[in-house]
Amino acid sequence: MEKLNKSDIIKEQVISIQGLYKSFGENSVLNGIDLTIHKGENVVILGRSGSGKSVLIKIIAGLLKPDKGIVNVLGMDIGSIDEKQLLKLRLKIGFSFQNSALYDSMSVRENLEFPLIRNSRHLTKKEIDHAVEEVLEDVHLHQTINQMPSELSGGQRKRIGIARTLILRPEIMLYDEPTAGLDPITCITINELINEVQERYHTSSIIITHDLTCAKATGDRVAMLLDGRFVAQGNFDEIFNTEEETVKQFYDYNFIN
Amino acid sequence: MSLKKREHITTKGLDDYFLGIYNAFKFVRLFFREVFKPPFEFKEIIRQCYEIGYKSLPLITLTGFVTGIVFTKQSRPSLVEFGAASWLPGLIAIAVVRALAPLVTALISAGKIGSNIGAELGSMRVSEQIDAMEVSAINPFKFLVVTRVTATTLMIPVLMMYFAFVGLLGSFLNVNQNEHTSFIAFFQSAFSPISFLDVFTGLFKSIMYGFTIGMVGCYKGYNASRGTEGVGKAANMSVVISMFLIFIEEIVIVQISNWIRIA
Ligand SMILES: Nc1ncnc2c1ncn2[C@@H]1O[C@H](COP(=O)(O)OP(=O)(O)OP(=O)(O)O)[C@@H](O)[C@H]1O
Ligand SMILES: [Mg+2]
Repeated sequence: MEKLNKSDIIKEQVISIQGLYKSFGENSVLNGIDLTIHKGENVVILGRSGSGKSVLIKIIAGLLKPDKGIVNVLGMDIGSIDEKQLLKLRLKIGFSFQNSALYDSMSVRENLEFPLIRNSRHLTKKEIDHAVEEVLEDVHLHQTINQMPSELSGGQRKRIGIARTLILRPEIMLYDEPTAGLDPITCITINELINEVQERYHTSSIIITHDLTCAKATGDRVAMLLDGRFVAQGNFDEIFNTEEETVKQFYDYNFIN
Repeated sequence: MSLKKREHITTKGLDDYFLGIYNAFKFVRLFFREVFKPPFEFKEIIRQCYEIGYKSLPLITLTGFVTGIVFTKQSRPSLVEFGAASWLPGLIAIAVVRALAPLVTALISAGKIGSNIGAELGSMRVSEQIDAMEVSAINPFKFLVVTRVTATTLMIPVLMMYFAFVGLLGSFLNVNQNEHTSFIAFFQSAFSPISFLDVFTGLFKSIMYGFTIGMVGCYKGYNASRGTEGVGKAANMSVVISMFLIFIEEIVIVQISNWIRIA
């Protein structure tokens, strides 16, 4: 038997996944995923397009059902959880979508108010306004409050999407490609934001990306997904000092291009 | 292609077909489960009624008016031939209240409102806005589907009555011009052959059509497939399927109301 790592005993596990399988029809996407996320940790998941990264975090958020395996989030088993518990759990999970998924028909203010009003109907107008201003301050986008999502840039949309999840004070943040399609400078501000969120809200996060700069800046730990399995895990330098061909390929590709 | 393979494909098509019906049935059942469960989204229902009802008024006004005038013009020669031009208002009223208003309103709404709902929910599904609601512990079915289906079920009957009114108004203008009938005389002879059963059946039909249009649009949009072409397909299928269902409902309801009329 493997010796238990000392830090594993001390740190609380917020997400623990064992032997997770998921396929869509004939297309098997996840083939035996094992992953543990500890409290307060930022874990980066790297992987090529179509390797099932989005599917993995959608399973964690209960948007997709696992075919096989154990997915335990904050002490609850996603596979066997009932509706009511799932709602409770979701309040503790923030999900930043790959394409932001802002509500097109609502202004920035309404986008931010929406989850809050619907989940705590007793709040006064003043309390809601205060919460909205606070999260907007967090993402440094106070001036956009009355704009519509269609008027925002890609980077602004990402940040409003993050603000919209922060308003519910999540314990876990799931970022789906937070820097995809953004220019390098904007990427850096998003990376900083992710780290600020970790500090200020004490969140544990999964950050999905194929941007190595983002991985290096935000990840306490990096895991590499290939063919529906994690092929390497460790801190950034450990991962990219390996001799493993597939991992190196990813690294080379990223820096040549 | 070998026989065996072909057989496999047919059964798969059949399986998908029944699976589709089963899923649609589950969707409708979920609606009835959620619609009476508080908290109610009154504000959103009113907003949807405005979107669906008020914004369709120009189109309904135009079609209603034109239908009334054209139908009157086309019917006049045959009635005049039998010296029965005075029956014109009554004939038009029967046609409008029993058949034209419910059916034409429903078909126009299927095209305008149904495709709108399909496209709107479809793009929300494709751009993951529905998933975003779900992960913030909001019930998207209740907020998006229940409100829209409630709104169409309420507003299509209202639009139908408005259509009937505008249609008769158009008819009156034409009759007034040709036979110099007064407003009061026109409506008196128009309403005399209309029975309670006619009005009731018209309303009942419209409620059914409204429910159908909302339900089909929501079902297609809510279950739109991934990718942008999913949105167009959802909008398109909403119109085709709801029109098809409307015709079937029309046939069934007319048949039943005729039995009642005879009995
Ligand atoms: N709801 C779904 N239905 C059917 N297939 C799906 C679904 N979601 C994902 N897939 C399939 O799963 C595979 C992985 O998709 P996923 O979106 O997780 O990729 P990804 O790693 O996030 O890629 P990207 O970097 O491009 O976002 C793809 O082949 C996709 O077609
Ligand atoms: Mg993805």
